[in-house]
Amino acid sequence: MSKHDDKLFRLVTAIVAASVLLVVVGIAATLIQGSWLSLRQFGFSFWRTRTWDPVAGQFGALPFIWGTLYSSLLALLLSTPVALGIAVFLAELSPRLLRQPLIFLTELLAAIPSIVYGLWGIFVLVPVVRSLEAATPEWLRRVPLFSGPPLGVGMLAAALILAVMITPFSAAVAREILRAVPTSQREAAYALGATRWEAIRLALYYGRTGIIGAVMLGLGRALGETIAVTMVIGNNPQVSASLFAPQYTMAAVIANEFTEAADDLYLHALVEIGLVLFLITIVVNALSRLLLWRVADKPVAVAPSAAAPVAAAA
Amino acid sequence: MKTTAYDLRRRATSRAVEIFCAASVVLALVPLGLILFFVVRQGLPALRPAFFTQMPKPVGEPGGGMANAMVGTLILLGLAAALAVPVGIVSGVFLSEYKGSRIGSAVRFAADVLNGVPSIVIGIFAYTVAVLPFQRFTALAGGLALGVMMLPLIVRTTEELLRLVPESFREGALALGATRSRAVWTVILPAALPGILTGVLVALARVAGETAPLLFTSLNNRFWSTRLDQPIASLTVQVYTYANSPYDDWHRQAWAGATVLIASVLTFSLLARFVTRRLERMHRGTV
Repeated sequence: MSKHDDKLFRLVTAIVAASVLLVVVGIAATLIQGSWLSLRQFGFSFWRTRTWDPVAGQFGALPFIWGTLYSSLLALLLSTPVALGIAVFLAELSPRLLRQPLIFLTELLAAIPSIVYGLWGIFVLVPVVRSLEAATPEWLRRVPLFSGPPLGVGMLAAALILAVMITPFSAAVAREILRAVPTSQREAAYALGATRWEAIRLALYYGRTGIIGAVMLGLGRALGETIAVTMVIGNNPQVSASLFAPQYTMAAVIANEFTEAADDLYLHALVEIGLVLFLITIVVNALSRLLLWRVADKPVAVAPSAAAPVAAAA
Repeated sequence: MKTTAYDLRRRATSRAVEIFCAASVVLALVPLGLILFFVVRQGLPALRPAFFTQMPKPVGEPGGGMANAMVGTLILLGLAAALAVPVGIVSGVFLSEYKGSRIGSAVRFAADVLNGVPSIVIGIFAYTVAVLPFQRFTALAGGLALGVMMLPLIVRTTEELLRLVPESFREGALALGATRSRAVWTVILPAALPGILTGVLVALARVAGETAPLLFTSLNNRFWSTRLDQPIASLTVQVYTYANSPYDDWHRQAWAGATVLIASVLTFSLLARFVTRRLERMHRGTV
């Protein structure tokens, strides 16, 4: 009797758990099915051409991919040193009394809704960026990186806001990695006469796989971020290296145009952008997970924000 | 031992790095401070009681509120929880009970993948499944999108918290002749319940701030509506719409909405932290 019960219990819980799997498969299936027309009509040229003209039925997604990758990489460039600095300070240097409050405050940054970042971005950050751009000396503006009129909205504002948004994620995971480095590593360094930084460098080197995983986790966040970026990037589909130029991202074009897509081909083109965004983030997140799993046996907290304290209650 | 110039340089480098790390923390707190400062400064003046009780006013008429959007957000959260909490907890039970199983690893991986899927993509999924077949934007579709986002958070929190329950609990129950399901439902799950509920709160707080998956599922609604088969207003979409409008009155309303959002997030985070602290103490006491 009880054996029968146990089998039933296993079966029922397994079926429910499999629904999580089903959702992921379902997302992949709906994306492929929903972008079928566009996949068939444009093939690979969808990703190489840059004309986005819904009226003429011409869809090239290059500007959006460019915008997503460029803004995310810029954000990564800005956030990584700061995130590592935070992780080192909180794991190694902070006075005991300050550690918990500082951890809480930095993670609060991850809990602020994207829409609030966006609102703040439009009304506070963009004007500041605009005056910065206007103050850029003429000779510097001739560099392609700083060319174009000072609009405020554009790549720079988007990269800045993304950098702020992903920093707490990378910092929290990198901090966990540093704390998982055996103390004996540092003690050995100190015993050989190392300075504090030399010992920390050793710990960073010891946890390098996990640190890279932490940075990639931030990248995954940046790639998929929608609302805040949509509000400050300027929404202009163009491939430009200029930080001042208004550009567009994959997530932003879906957010803006999805409800307006009048014909099937238009809708399918938008869903195909979603499909690629899905694939890119899966690859980045899977890589990050793999790197993190190699370091810590148990998976590192899935998301910081306020979820971390729950997992940390261990 | 003599201190050489080389040693001095090493020490200076070390000092410089320490200062950089401390500066990084300060640098991260600056935007936090700025955001909180501006949200409170711009939002608080517009945050009158009417904001919570009245409907949005048309352009040109100052005042009004977001009562419908707040109720809408609560309804969407309720729908999301109704979907994600049972499925999430049972899945978490499966993962912790049958650790080594092959389905278990696949589900665990799927939950991690799902957690990384951009919210806008989840919006497309909910649109295809729940909007397209009925040719109508609905609160249900929005709830589905938010529920899918909550799911991985609840699955993993439940699994991790169940693993913290001492093995002796299970052994005790089984020794008394309980079946596995009975041991789980009456002994193991209740022991982990406070933590799981905290996890649910945290997950709710996270999806409460989501805008992107609602844009083309629950859409928005200028009128009072609590019907699940109609478009419904939400705080985030309302703030988004107002922020993108050219009217000063609406901008003020957007800031007020943002203040409500931030205040809820802060409350949830502090609450979760408080509960977590107590749980930590409890665990230290009993185990």
